[in-house]
Amino acid sequence: MNSPVENQPSSAPDKRRFPWLVAVISSLLLISLLVIMGLWMKQSKITALEIGAEVPDFTVTSFEGDTFQKSALEGKLILVNFWSSWCASCDEEGDALEEVWQEVKSSGDIVFIGVNYVDTEKDSLAFIEKYGLTYPNGPDLGSKISHIFKVQAVPETYIIGRDGTLAAVKIGAFESTDEIRTLLEQTGQE
Amino acid sequence: MIANIGFGVLVITLVTSLIAVITAVYGVTSKTRAMLETSRLAALSTFPLLSISIAVLIVLLLSGNFEYVYVYQTTSLSMPVYLKIAALWGGQQGSLLFWCWLLSGFTFIVLIRKWKQDRDLLPWVIVVTNITIFFFTLLVLFFENPFLKYYIMYNGEIITSLFQPFHAIAADPTDGSGLNPLLRHFGMVVHPPMLYLGFVGFIIPFAYAIAALIEGRTDDHWLKATRKWSLTAWLFLSLGLVLGSRWAYDVLGWGGYWSWDPVEISAFMPWLTGTAYLHSMVMQDKRGLFKHWNIALIILTFCLVIFGTFLTRSGLFSSVHAFSESELGPAFFIFITVMFIASLGLLLYRWSSLSSGYQIKSFFSRESAFLYNNLLFIAIFAICLLGVIFPILSELFTGQQVTVGPQFYESAAGPLFALLLLLMGIVPLTAWSTSTARNLGKSIWKPALVSLTFPIAALILGAHRWVAVLAIWLAALVICVTLYDYIRSIRLRAASQHESIGKAFITLTSRNRRRYGGYIIHVGVALMGVGIIGIEFFQTQTQSMVKQGETLELSGYTVTYNNLEITDTPDGRNVAEAEMTITRDGRDLKVVYPRIDYYYDSDQAVTVPGLRTTLADDLYIILVDWEPVTSEGATFKVFRNPLMNWFWIGSIVAVLGTLLALWPSRERKSIQKEPA
Amino acid sequence: MKTNIKLLLLIAAFLMTLVSIRPVMAQDTTPAVSDDQVNEVAQDLYCPVCENTPLDVCPTKACTQWRELIREKIALGWSEQQIKQYFAEQYGGQVLAVPPRRGLNWIVYVLPPLVVLGAVFLAVNIVKRSRKPVKSQTEDSSLPSSAAPGTVLDQIEKDLQKEE
Repeated sequence: MNSPVENQPSSAPDKRRFPWLVAVISSLLLISLLVIMGLWMKQSKITALEIGAEVPDFTVTSFEGDTFQKSALEGKLILVNFWSSWCASCDEEGDALEEVWQEVKSSGDIVFIGVNYVDTEKDSLAFIEKYGLTYPNGPDLGSKISHIFKVQAVPETYIIGRDGTLAAVKIGAFESTDEIRTLLEQTGQE
Repeated sequence: MIANIGFGVLVITLVTSLIAVITAVYGVTSKTRAMLETSRLAALSTFPLLSISIAVLIVLLLSGNFEYVYVYQTTSLSMPVYLKIAALWGGQQGSLLFWCWLLSGFTFIVLIRKWKQDRDLLPWVIVVTNITIFFFTLLVLFFENPFLKYYIMYNGEIITSLFQPFHAIAADPTDGSGLNPLLRHFGMVVHPPMLYLGFVGFIIPFAYAIAALIEGRTDDHWLKATRKWSLTAWLFLSLGLVLGSRWAYDVLGWGGYWSWDPVEISAFMPWLTGTAYLHSMVMQDKRGLFKHWNIALIILTFCLVIFGTFLTRSGLFSSVHAFSESELGPAFFIFITVMFIASLGLLLYRWSSLSSGYQIKSFFSRESAFLYNNLLFIAIFAICLLGVIFPILSELFTGQQVTVGPQFYESAAGPLFALLLLLMGIVPLTAWSTSTARNLGKSIWKPALVSLTFPIAALILGAHRWVAVLAIWLAALVICVTLYDYIRSIRLRAASQHESIGKAFITLTSRNRRRYGGYIIHVGVALMGVGIIGIEFFQTQTQSMVKQGETLELSGYTVTYNNLEITDTPDGRNVAEAEMTITRDGRDLKVVYPRIDYYYDSDQAVTVPGLRTTLADDLYIILVDWEPVTSEGATFKVFRNPLMNWFWIGSIVAVLGTLLALWPSRERKSIQKEPA
Repeated sequence: MKTNIKLLLLIAAFLMTLVSIRPVMAQDTTPAVSDDQVNEVAQDLYCPVCENTPLDVCPTKACTQWRELIREKIALGWSEQQIKQYFAEQYGGQVLAVPPRRGLNWIVYVLPPLVVLGAVFLAVNIVKRSRKPVKSQTEDSSLPSSAAPGTVLDQIEKDLQKEE
């Protein structure tokens, strides 16, 4: 900034009386605020887990009481399907998923896990019964698992490759059993 | 075709505002008059240019040209004309343009009226305002363009574009999706514009403050020149907030008026600092005090306005207010960073030259009361900021999502608001410079005693919560002390000037508009406090499913469900309207018609309550829309909100007080100081 | 003879079914949980999926299910605190209206009183400092030493002081 116009009575600011305390506190507060907002904006841009990224370990406890830990399933192809009983689109893929599961479960190296997203037990069990789902389904306690995958809505399906990284993502309901099969084949080959 | 004009004009505005900034800086530093005149001309012309763009958009909205994306998203055939105009600020793109237009309009007014008097400050005012205009125009042009159209590509894909791409034809939708049904209400006509007028209005005093800092001016001129601007901006901002509350009360169906939503808070924070600024201004005016405070407060207010705009529009929060996801975030962030740092830097640079020789002499003087006032408002602001930022902090650093709900704000800021009420009650009787507790006690005991009748009445009527009773006393104290001082002054004047009471009242008031305007505003605020106390502490509610002919009971009222009628309206709604009779002590009081409006085009429902309002309480009945309405029965929710009407009455009183304070005095020019 | 025994057995069977129905009917007469009881708990909870919407006013199907869940838990005799904790465990801390008191969340509880203390501290300090004699400072324009004489307000203030 230029120095003030000459004929003003107040002279150039007196550097000895610079308000150090005020300056330090206000600058600190301002910078913290800007940093927080900046970080938050950066984080909100990450709307999904990247394909190829290592999927953090997580555990699902099924409604029957069995536990499935991702790291223990290393080497297998894991299909993680997020669903809710109150989501209309989830109804569209229930049959398809079960059908494909019946086909692949004997191979032993493909695992289907259904993660129940923000739902009530009674209604979820009803949903499972409605579609006769035989693969394990469990609630996402504390919404921690959906947080890992940055689930925005349901249904969403994530396929974890044999190496533990994210191999494929499907947002929305599967439209056919072929779609599921193709996706499994593609990711199984990696 | 005209859309191209609308868009082209924006490009010209971008260039013009840039020219205004550059020539202003050059003109001031090289002291070239011709440059300064050019800069003024450039700045002035942004207003007619943007007006053309706005006019084009309004024409498009009214014409129903649904191939325009904005027209499609915010209007539909079934919407009435007034709502189609209101659609101008109904979506992100239009409201940004509207904001920008308001700013150019205010700058226009300042440059026309004040060019001669404020010749040294105005070039910098041009710089600040036009940098902002440049920024907002940039946003509209590159991120949120209201003139985009839908085109269908050769492969069937639908895209949005300004100009027709190759191998594409213009789409031709026959109807738009229309405004969100929640917005199809009279509130849409008034609430956003009032808020924007308030937000943008504060930019003028901010620009003047920055100009004064840059020019090294340490006197009050910038403050006095923008006093009416500040008060007017505050009026609009307050009105915007109150109208928003009324609108929420009318359509949101949860019996409330304020939900401590992050977007609501981001409009509330500049109001807090703006109110502190208005008060603090008085100190600089009368005693030359608080110069640092005033500049800091107006800088903070401006920064919060931009920050609030950022929070609302970046799509980072989802709420009933938020616009959908957008890419505005990074751009706003850069603008905020630059403006915040530059303003803070300037203030610190000039800090030591801004001083006053005057002192605060006592803990009980009027000066110290104003200091406490500033501190209280800042404290409340800090708490609000904490509440808004904390969920972000939590998610960033712990991965845990949390909600900071109304309970936090009410318990943390509640006592501070109570202290503000106390201050409002005491200050009219404090004296300048020196006051002791004893002086104060002597002057206040009479109205204080009278004010005690109210909490005692409340206790007798059955109010048990001591917090509520205390709050009632404080509100009553404000009203009693203020009226006492007002009446006493009138009587003294009448006696000493040998006037009738009526004449004394008029002369006294008109010669001290700011003082008595302020008094009236305080009374209004205290009345609003009464309304808030009523609903926050004493609200009762009940909900149940009832068959036709059955009743719901609440706090002595009986509500009978008579009848239900389901019809389709010509403007695209399916209306389920219930008829309810409200009775108390066997007497029929009113018949109300709560209803659910289901909008076919947006697949959304709006609940409209049936309301019975009296000064004592509101009975608020909604037909619950998430339970099915069948022959078995319907589910209703009934709220009793005691004293709620005083909130709205108080706000009208406060507005009248502000109008009084704003009323121009014929005898004096702006240069002279007014005595009160 | 055989028909009589068959008839008797049939009647006995019928009576037995009646007896077994009764306990079920007895359950039906326990008081149903009212909407008000559900709302009492729901109003302090937030919808897990829709941001910033309290659970008692949220119109979505999911929220209706959650309110039914609350109803069941109340019927089972759970306290409000237990239900809220259950919800937090199931869906995450963001369903609670105030952050649970652990970890970083202490900031929310500690900072407001600190802010108030800071304000008090500033108030006291500024007034005290302002009371000290003023060092030579840069001159300033228009410093009124007292309100301009002869104004109406001043007249009134003088009159008031006379009265006191």
